[in-house]
Amino acid sequence: MQIHYFTGGLVQVSMKLEMKDSPGQLVAALKPISDVGGNIIAVIHQRDPVSTQHMLNVQIVLELPEGRLDKLVTLLKNEGVHIQRIGKERLLYKRSVILIGHLMHTDLSDTVDQIDSTGFAEVCELSMSMPAINERSTSRVTIKAVNRQDMESALAILRRVAQQKSLLLIEPLAEEVPCESH
Amino acid sequence: MRVALIGLGAVGRGVAEMIAKKDLGLTITGIADSKSGCMDCNGIDPQRVLAQKKQTGACGDRSITAEDIIRDAEYDALIEVTPTNALSGEPATGYIRAALSRQKHVVTSNKGPIALAYKELRTLAQENGVTLRYEATVAGAIPVMHTLEHGLCGNEILGIHGVLNGTCNYILTRMAAEGLTYEQALMEAREMGYAEADPTYDVKGIDAAIKLVILTNTIWGNSVKLSDVDLTGIDLLTPDALRLAEDEDCTIRLIAEAIPEKHLLRVSPRIIEKNHPLVVEGTLNALTLETDMAKEITLIGKGAGSIETASAIIGDLLYIRDRYGKCT
Repeated sequence: MQIHYFTGGLVQVSMKLEMKDSPGQLVAALKPISDVGGNIIAVIHQRDPVSTQHMLNVQIVLELPEGRLDKLVTLLKNEGVHIQRIGKERLLYKRSVILIGHLMHTDLSDTVDQIDSTGFAEVCELSMSMPAINERSTSRVTIKAVNRQDMESALAILRRVAQQKSLLLIEPLAEEVPCESH
Repeated sequence: MRVALIGLGAVGRGVAEMIAKKDLGLTITGIADSKSGCMDCNGIDPQRVLAQKKQTGACGDRSITAEDIIRDAEYDALIEVTPTNALSGEPATGYIRAALSRQKHVVTSNKGPIALAYKELRTLAQENGVTLRYEATVAGAIPVMHTLEHGLCGNEILGIHGVLNGTCNYILTRMAAEGLTYEQALMEAREMGYAEADPTYDVKGIDAAIKLVILTNTIWGNSVKLSDVDLTGIDLLTPDALRLAEDEDCTIRLIAEAIPEKHLLRVSPRIIEKNHPLVVEGTLNALTLETDMAKEITLIGKGAGSIETASAIIGDLLYIRDRYGKCT
């Protein structure tokens, strides 16, 4: 049994693989993923009816500890799998919240910093509207985090900051959804 | 089945009209409003009483009170539809207690007694071999209690999410659709008769929270109180907030939620996808029940209105009649 320790975050990777369409080939291709401590999120078969030479195209989405991707690529190559494309995204979870109140007077950059300084979550987008000076402003803040638990921690920080600064925080109803990887 | 009707506001009038209009097998033997009352063990013509109330402002004899009717009239079930007092629950709680103690069934639309004294009243009903039903307290015409009790029986309820206040939902719908400010939308809601002169109870989320307390205590029997609800209203929302939500194909709704596993009991404005089943328009109510077997069930319907609420009351009365067949 192999145990993988890592302190960094997870990366989400999408890969388009091409391999021989023969029995056992897909299982052999997926094994290196667990060997590097990764989790398979989705496997999408694309069996092209006119494909040449009986090749199998598979798209997989997985998450794995940071820094393990090169090793995975080597292992896959050793299995005779051809990697057509790799996409990588570090922060998996994305959520938008709305803040209403005296955002500038209460130091908006400090509010953002409190999330960014965690290292596990960051504010990736901020839309703001200020009707007039001394009036309450409204802002949509989009946060990305590595995983669900970190997103919850980031939101807990934001809840505390909003309370301290007398800001109205409007949270989304739905569970955070993994964002598309590129 | 003989019934006594306490309260002749919008809900009481709706109940009286439907009993008169529809052949439901219900006979009214006592009626009281806040000033007067009338009793007749042979049955009262609801139309006549409603006409008298309209003409004179009182439904009957000013020397007869609601207490007199509850104590002396001959009835099988009491219909208690006086206005909600969220702080004391009175005088409704006293009325219900008196009827249950007389071994009379009770059907109410009054949130005060159910939110404040549910456990005590339920125990009292059990001790007296009668039943207390309150379908009309939550989400108006939507048969949520019947659904929980019958349609979903055997299911474990894991959580609930609901739009339980029509006034807030109307205001948010109008802010989103027309870019109105909160104040403008509230003014419009008042003109339409959807908001009270003092809208605090609705817009601060108190009304939704009381309904959440009633649902939570009904489903999980955990004796939560209004003060246990984490409460945020809609009165500080800006038109920009709705516009920013709109940019991401979302909107904002006042959502009441209870998830015991997460110790969550909350009423708050939330960002919600526009195609989410809880995004209903205008004064509609909606409730999603998350269960272990049926998974998610969403009910949508009218949350208020005279006849709509009467539908819930009459549903409870006929349930009692069918279950306790000995009633005449």
